[in-house]
Amino acid sequence: MAENLHQTGRWQRPSRLPSRWRESGPVWWAVFSMPVLLFLAIPVLLLFFEVRPADLWMQLGSDQTRQAVVISMKTSLISLAIILLLGTPLAYLTGRFQFRGRAVLETLIDLPTVLPPSVAGLALLLAFGRRGLLGAPLNDLGLQIAFTQAAVVGAQVFVAGSLYIRSAAIGFALIDPEILEASQLDGASTLQQLRHVVLPLSRYALLSGAVMSWSRALGEFGATILFAGNLPGRTQTMPLAIYLGFESSLESAVALSILLVLLSSLALLGVRWLSRGRMD
Amino acid sequence: MRWSPALLLLLALAACAGSSPDSREVTVFAAASLREPFTALAETFEAQHPGVRVTFNFAGSQALAQQLNAGAAADVFASADARQMDWAVEGGSVADGSAAVIAHNRLVVILPPENPAGIQRLADLARPGVRVVVGAEDVPAGAYARQWLDQAAQDPAHGEAFRDQVLANVVSLEESVAAIRTKVLLGEADAGVVYASDTAGQDLLTIEIPAGQNVQASYYIAPVLAGPQPDLARAFIDFVLSAEGQRILAESGLIPAGETGE
Repeated sequence: MAENLHQTGRWQRPSRLPSRWRESGPVWWAVFSMPVLLFLAIPVLLLFFEVRPADLWMQLGSDQTRQAVVISMKTSLISLAIILLLGTPLAYLTGRFQFRGRAVLETLIDLPTVLPPSVAGLALLLAFGRRGLLGAPLNDLGLQIAFTQAAVVGAQVFVAGSLYIRSAAIGFALIDPEILEASQLDGASTLQQLRHVVLPLSRYALLSGAVMSWSRALGEFGATILFAGNLPGRTQTMPLAIYLGFESSLESAVALSILLVLLSSLALLGVRWLSRGRMD
Repeated sequence: MRWSPALLLLLALAACAGSSPDSREVTVFAAASLREPFTALAETFEAQHPGVRVTFNFAGSQALAQQLNAGAAADVFASADARQMDWAVEGGSVADGSAAVIAHNRLVVILPPENPAGIQRLADLARPGVRVVVGAEDVPAGAYARQWLDQAAQDPAHGEAFRDQVLANVVSLEESVAAIRTKVLLGEADAGVVYASDTAGQDLLTIEIPAGQNVQASYYIAPVLAGPQPDLARAFIDFVLSAEGQRILAESGLIPAGETGE
């Protein structure tokens, strides 16, 4: 006992478990993880058993389904482009610079993502709706946002943006400042620094942030239905079609759900594959 | 302290445990347009049955039918049309033939208070650029709205062009009448098609739909099979169908089951 006290500064009771129990740690972790694992996996896997592959193909060919897929892909990719373009400078600012109010800025950036989506939708309407603070003058100029695909993109950017920005900021923050200084000493311009030092070093963080952001944009529902509305062929994305097409056509809802699961899985696997061999 | 995680777990489990055996709860799944009348009904029902609490789940009838068929625990289902009640019967949540009509409703067009599109009469809804909001096809209010437009197409005063142009003016298919009302109240939509009972006490302009074109919406109520409180379910349904219950429904703008409306 005296040895225990000396080594740890605190009395520790020697373990009474048999030695082979102590050595089989991973097995116990696996046992305790099973419930959560099953909870996450079973509902998703059951989707695939709900419809036959032949029917799945036929469902994906129907007009409403096809329109929903096209709108979802188009708006989510545009949203991603906007997030990358406008979010990267913001991420760089919050990642590499210390300034007063940085915490407030980071909270503001994160807020739309953690807000309940319907709250986000309402907020967007109050800002950009026809009587909104910014929407009213735009409406007078003839620019209508609500009920258009622009609103779908707006809702997606609003709720999904911070997922990329935070990840990118962390990636930028991890860059060793000495490497940047070294490149500056060698005469690299800002653009060259970005291209050859900053972006390559942070590419894993940027990529995984982009993928999470895109997945969130693809699955966005609450803010979309409030701000952009739901009209097949114009604003009805896949999540909206699944929710409102559910009863009259369970098959098309399941088909769209499977498609969304596959897209998300591909995105996640893609990130893992691209980051293989990453050195920490 | 080493025992605090265990204590927290115990507290959490205790919180999840059911309510005390003295209070009984009857769960009612009701169409969104029944919110005001049923909430008023519940107050009287609870006063007449001490110790009983009525809990509601208000949503589009199509969403409620889905939830019931997927096994949601409820005692009573009140839908805004026969189709959703039939869907619940097909899904095994409601016994065939156990549904009764509790009330009727009519459709009306609502406008934002400031009337941005300057709509004066029904025909104005067909003007290009007017933003019309109706329910989705599976939502009873949406199905009724389409039915009204089909009937309006037969009316020489409006005709098929009216129906086609109004449908072309639709900018969103909403999931419940509450959502339609929100969009109109916010001024996002120029016009919405909702039930007449939804306009009571609201700051909205309305345009009447003539009786010849209007649809008669019918609300159905039924006990849910294998619900937790079948006797309370029966008591609640009987109360809704009673003279006092019908009077409370009428006060909210619904048409009592016995009458068919003007």
